[in-house]
Amino acid sequence: MMSTLGKTRFPDIVNRCQPQLLADWVQNQLSAASFNNGLMRESELREQSRQFLHALGEAVEHGDLTDIEESHWDETREFLAAVSRSRALQGFTPNQTAMFVFSLKQPLFQLLRQELEKQPEALIDEILSITRLLDQLGLHTTEIYQKNREEIIYQQQQELMELSTPVVQLWQNILALPLIGTLDSARTQVVMETLLQKIVDTNAAIAIIDITGVPTVDTLVAQHLLKTVAAARLMGADCIISGIRPQIALTIVHLGVDLTDVITKATLADAFAIALQRTGASVAAAERA
Amino acid sequence: MMTVSRRETRALRSSDDVVRVRQAVRQWAMAQGFSLVDQTKMVTAASELARNTVDYGGGGNVLLEALNEGSRRGLKLTFSDQGPGIADIELALRDGYTSGSGLGLGLGGARRLTNEFAIDSTPGGGTRVTITRWQCGDRR
Repeated sequence: MMSTLGKTRFPDIVNRCQPQLLADWVQNQLSAASFNNGLMRESELREQSRQFLHALGEAVEHGDLTDIEESHWDETREFLAAVSRSRALQGFTPNQTAMFVFSLKQPLFQLLRQELEKQPEALIDEILSITRLLDQLGLHTTEIYQKNREEIIYQQQQELMELSTPVVQLWQNILALPLIGTLDSARTQVVMETLLQKIVDTNAAIAIIDITGVPTVDTLVAQHLLKTVAAARLMGADCIISGIRPQIALTIVHLGVDLTDVITKATLADAFAIALQRTGASVAAAERA
Repeated sequence: MMTVSRRETRALRSSDDVVRVRQAVRQWAMAQGFSLVDQTKMVTAASELARNTVDYGGGGNVLLEALNEGSRRGLKLTFSDQGPGIADIELALRDGYTSGSGLGLGLGGARRLTNEFAIDSTPGGGTRVTITRWQCGDRR
């Protein structure tokens, strides 16, 4: 049994002494060094603390103190998840976020000590069970924090995928594909398929692949480029590769990659000029009256 | 006298690691005062060998070493794996030869892009490729 009375005093203390507990706890959090950085307002902290104590009070009244996965703890867990999410956005570290829960121990233990002054054994039992419970809840905030981070990273990866595959139409029959970043991942496949599809959609005669934004052109990247050029040719479109900087040109020569079958240009502007010429268009300065 | 001013080992398990190693090599090459062309050559050679380690060696690691010899500064990379090894090194170095689906230019290309190149491999005993590039001068 939890105490000599046969029942834990924890629910009673949390609910009966809630106003005092809240005041002590908020005071405690405000004086912690981690709070002095102005990441959140005092009123917000007070409100969060009040809501958490309320949810905790409900949960301990009916729920199992050893298992926070139980349904009585749903509200508390959800509330903590929301706190964890908002603190992550406010720029709190995972440690500071978990401290929200852990910092409740001190004021709670102080209250317990007053209540159970004459029953040291019961006091130790209470402290043990409360520690176990609050540790679980604190770790829960860390877990949510981590999950949020992973979600953000995943979203950013997806966004990058999309960002990096814009096929733009420069002129009638002329497409451009500005490549940016690393090319030897799943991205290449997406990029190349997008280009081929766009060639079909727009009936383009010339596609300019600009590699100005690709830091490293090794044999794998070269192979991808050659394959794309070959595939585009099968579909009746010619490719021009532009953005070949001096260091890239030297490296390609040393690697021994044969790009002689491909039209290459140093800049996108040069490539565009060639493309216009080939499609029978030209750009001239307008005569001013 | 040649000294090593900095040393670091990095794991090579996936194509993401290849990207990270490439970035690290670029940073190290910049720190060693390599010109843009020299940086690019070293990074490209590292990219080829790192991918070989992942694709053919079943993963391994790379040791980066920043070299100082008098006023001359260089970068040495050692790629090792415990994979199946290479039976015929001469053949593997020949342009256009590949046991996979690449262009077959990576190993020979890496040799041409660097100043010093050494390969040590036994069938069943893994492969170790060492490349060194010196800042400026000393071109082949």
